[in-house]
Amino acid sequence: MAPVAPIAAAPLIGGVRRRSGLAYLLLLPGMLWLAIFFVIPFGSLFATSLQDSPAGLFGNYAQAMSEYWGAYVRALAYAGISTLLALIIAYPLAYYIALRSGRWRSLLLVLVIAPSFASFLLRTYAWRTILADEGPVTSFFNALGVLPDQRILSTGLAVIAGLTYNFLPFMILPLYASLDRVDPRLIEASNDLYASGPKTFWKVTWPLSMPGVVAGTLLTFIPASGDFINAQLLGSPQTQMIGNAIQANFYKLRDYPMASSLSFILMATIVILVSLYIKRSGTEEIV
Amino acid sequence: MRWVSKYLLRIVAFAVIAYLFVPIAVIAVLSFNKPANRYNLAWNSFSLDAWKNLCGFPGVCQSFVTSVEIGVISTIIATIMGTMIAIALVRYRFRGRSATNILIFLPMATPEVIMGFSLLALFLFLRFPPGFAAVTIAHIMFIISFAVVTVKARVQGLDPRLEEAARDLYASPAATFRFVTLPIILPGIVGAALLGFALSFDDFVISYFNAGTMQTFPIFIWGAAQRGIPVQVNALATGVFVLALAIVIVGQSMRSTRQRRLERGL
Repeated sequence: MAPVAPIAAAPLIGGVRRRSGLAYLLLLPGMLWLAIFFVIPFGSLFATSLQDSPAGLFGNYAQAMSEYWGAYVRALAYAGISTLLALIIAYPLAYYIALRSGRWRSLLLVLVIAPSFASFLLRTYAWRTILADEGPVTSFFNALGVLPDQRILSTGLAVIAGLTYNFLPFMILPLYASLDRVDPRLIEASNDLYASGPKTFWKVTWPLSMPGVVAGTLLTFIPASGDFINAQLLGSPQTQMIGNAIQANFYKLRDYPMASSLSFILMATIVILVSLYIKRSGTEEIV
Repeated sequence: MRWVSKYLLRIVAFAVIAYLFVPIAVIAVLSFNKPANRYNLAWNSFSLDAWKNLCGFPGVCQSFVTSVEIGVISTIIATIMGTMIAIALVRYRFRGRSATNILIFLPMATPEVIMGFSLLALFLFLRFPPGFAAVTIAHIMFIISFAVVTVKARVQGLDPRLEEAARDLYASPAATFRFVTLPIILPGIVGAALLGFALSFDDFVISYFNAGTMQTFPIFIWGAAQRGIPVQVNALATGVFVLALAIVIVGQSMRSTRQRRLERGL
């Protein structure tokens, strides 16, 4: 978990030059496994998506888009909002751990990961109790009069709350990793030169933490956009996401070509959005 | 401004930590509940029934054991493969290195629903039956990447001169690996194995698509969620949480004690 200091890696350069067939031997089992069970399945997925097409080769795709357009848009919107919320919630904590926590740092990092030790499904299910109609959270917001439906559970709000919570560690850890690499002397220098706190943050800290922001938003947005657990356990039939459409076509309707088409549409959307995003933010060193 | 950055930041940070633990608290408290109906969602009255009789609900313990078995098998295989890849990536220059890096990264950046369903499409195509073997294959597939990343960090911290010294002293490559490389990167391998087991044990989506009628612990919970989750599930999950937290905290403190001793020794 401790980040490796670049100095420690430096002497490696001499040892790395060896060219050897041994490398391929070491790579072979794992890469073969990934090729067969990760890469090739996309081929079988594509082949399945073309089966039983009602009209034309890509008929399933056209049908998927017309039938599940709402779920598709909702998935992107919910995932986008959750990612933004997660960034706002995660940044102060990541900043605190990286730059202010002193000897509590490793304990705090353990506490960030610890919730993942309890079942994902049960944690999501627990939000049913927390956001229950008569519960304190819903009552509080109702007292403020801000809830359009007078409730949170079974609305899009509950799904967004669940997604934000569940993927928060994926936001905190990359943010922490990049804030940890920020040299505190740069922040001090900015302060010494009479930059105000906010100015120092926006001109020094935030740009330096950009790789973490990009990695964290991707690691939150991608799984959130494909999630179906939160919408199923916390939402209603009106809050279904594209993941739910895939799940329903797999489990209830047994329409595998439709489920495949939906998976491919989701994958293509993610690839396009991610490459646009990476290009715009100018960080291509995430891999 | 100073006051704000000093105290407000700390308050917000601890509020976020507290927020992360709210659902955990709910799960743990409800494990001592005697629910009024079959939905264990609201507090009714205190009871130790679930804790005294952890296997008291049909299917709970069986699915739990299945998850442990799949977790152990897939973790061992994936950690070995991942360690080999990590060593190759850090130690050797070879053609296809960036392609390898991308292939390692992609499974971590693909929604589980797509990985799970596309793998099912392959299994159906090959007429390979869904079930224990299919789920284990799937878990190995998605754990490998995490194992590579975890072990790689450790191998990068290993000074190659130590291995060179062993070779200069006429140690065979096997002996060099066994007595120099392995002991140094072992903490990374253990870390990767713990992470891999945790990921496998808690995986729902990928297992769900490839399990057929077999039930892992998360699949059992998913099925139970429709008609009410038995209190035993909360008790087991609370137990797993406490155990995992204890392992990590003990591991951390052992590491920092060793670190301090090393520093004092120097």
